[in-house]
Amino acid sequence: MLYDALIGPFTDFEFMRRALAAVIALALAGAPIGVFLMLRRMSLVGDAMAHAILPGAAVGFLLSGLNLFAMTAGGLIAGFAVAILAGVVARSTGLKEDASLATFYLASLALGVTIVSIKGTNIDLLHVLFGNILAMDDQTLLVVAFNATVTLLVLAVIYRPLVIESVDPLFLRTVSRAGGPAHLAFLALVVINLVNGFQALGTLLAVGLMILPAGIARFWSRDLTAMICIAVIAAAVSGYAGLVLSFQTRVPSGPAIILVATLLYIVSILFGRVGGIVRQLFPGRHLEA
Amino acid sequence: MAALHFHNLTLGYDRHPAVHHLSGEVAPGALVAVIGPNGAGKSTLLRGIVGILKPLDGTIHLGGLDARDIAYLPQSAEIDRSFPISVFDFVGTGLWRGTGLFGGIGKAARDKILQAIGAVGLSGFENRPIGTLSGGQMQRVLFARVLLQHARLIVLDEPFNAIDGKTTADLLALVKRWHGEGRTVLAALHDMEMVRNHFTETLVLARGPVAWGPTAEVLTPENLLVAMRMCEAFDDRAAACAAVEIGSRAA
Repeated sequence: MLYDALIGPFTDFEFMRRALAAVIALALAGAPIGVFLMLRRMSLVGDAMAHAILPGAAVGFLLSGLNLFAMTAGGLIAGFAVAILAGVVARSTGLKEDASLATFYLASLALGVTIVSIKGTNIDLLHVLFGNILAMDDQTLLVVAFNATVTLLVLAVIYRPLVIESVDPLFLRTVSRAGGPAHLAFLALVVINLVNGFQALGTLLAVGLMILPAGIARFWSRDLTAMICIAVIAAAVSGYAGLVLSFQTRVPSGPAIILVATLLYIVSILFGRVGGIVRQLFPGRHLEA
Repeated sequence: MAALHFHNLTLGYDRHPAVHHLSGEVAPGALVAVIGPNGAGKSTLLRGIVGILKPLDGTIHLGGLDARDIAYLPQSAEIDRSFPISVFDFVGTGLWRGTGLFGGIGKAARDKILQAIGAVGLSGFENRPIGTLSGGQMQRVLFARVLLQHARLIVLDEPFNAIDGKTTADLLALVKRWHGEGRTVLAALHDMEMVRNHFTETLVLARGPVAWGPTAEVLTPENLLVAMRMCEAFDDRAAACAAVEIGSRAA
């Protein structure tokens, strides 16, 4: 009975196995990126970028259909264009960078939806906005895995400057020029992982599998390495449980995954070891020293 | 060879000078106090030396020093204290020059880090997140990092602000140890008593240099009065500065 519910779907159906593999790849690469987004106070920047890359991905979709490689390339170009344009506008007009980014991503979202609607059907539009991890073919799965691998390799390269730049940017500037390139590489990784999340979760929810696990991890550890591990596990568990939930009920896969992650997040807020609400309400007697 | 040479140096923001026409040199191994009222350009001068601010005019010669031979302790460090990093790892970033992006932290490096943490009196704090430290403890951590940087030129911007007497004494002892090791130390300071007792050379700054030389000769009430009178505000309608030293054109 329990076997039928939890494991059966994956042994019986190939599309479920592919979906599980994809979700684990997304968790491995996306969750560490999410942790850094959160620690660098860029959680909402990730969200804005997710919308900003839509027109690029949409142009890729226009040219070659639901091909993740074309959509990734388009998304990368659009993401960088918006990030750079927003930065330029902010610097040359005195508009704050977040306000500038907000206008650009809203415009991008509108443009992206328009482009998809021109060629595709409403189904396509739904697909782009909310994803459908159950419709993943082998080629797409390989692209997802490839992007995840690249993400982890690049993250390993820029890890040290990225950490130092997050803690003490001025110090890094005085000892090295690696800060700027590391930041840019990090932004590129954000975009790559957002596009990666497209197929599974869609534009609107892609950032969810990055930020929610990071938020969960924050409630369980004060150590960066531990936070990254916890975030990856939380993302993978959410992905698996979301797939099962989606299979057993009629909830679409993307929202199911994010809802499970949300549930874990709420549990963490309540019972987390670091700053959880229950801990705060019942801290125990104060210590001697 | 001079460790540091300023030639008709003007530093500032938006074309407004904060340090105006400063010339002079700092000998290798000198222990220099930079004093002056708030807004006199002390921090600006130090930021120019470490290279995060480009001169508006004139030049700074580092006398063969690489940017990585300089350790800089800013006045209000933009440190994100909420970032989950331990004292050990944070101090360890001082070894960047040796480790770079990938260099491993081996046994020898670990010992060095532990020694530096011990030298600032924070043994036992290695695994504490930096977010849990007090202001004085954080300043000790920053000194430990400077210690590890093993720099030939050390630049400290008001390092003893809001620090209690015991911590100040401990950290000042470190500064004197660096001096003893032949490193050049420049420190922006406000405590005249400390400058008089511990620093051999003093630069009184009030946008332009008021006086520069051996502390006993420079630290006079007259010089301090001149410095205090300095007008702090930028004049938005100021004309372009006409004073051009002949030498700077030749250089």
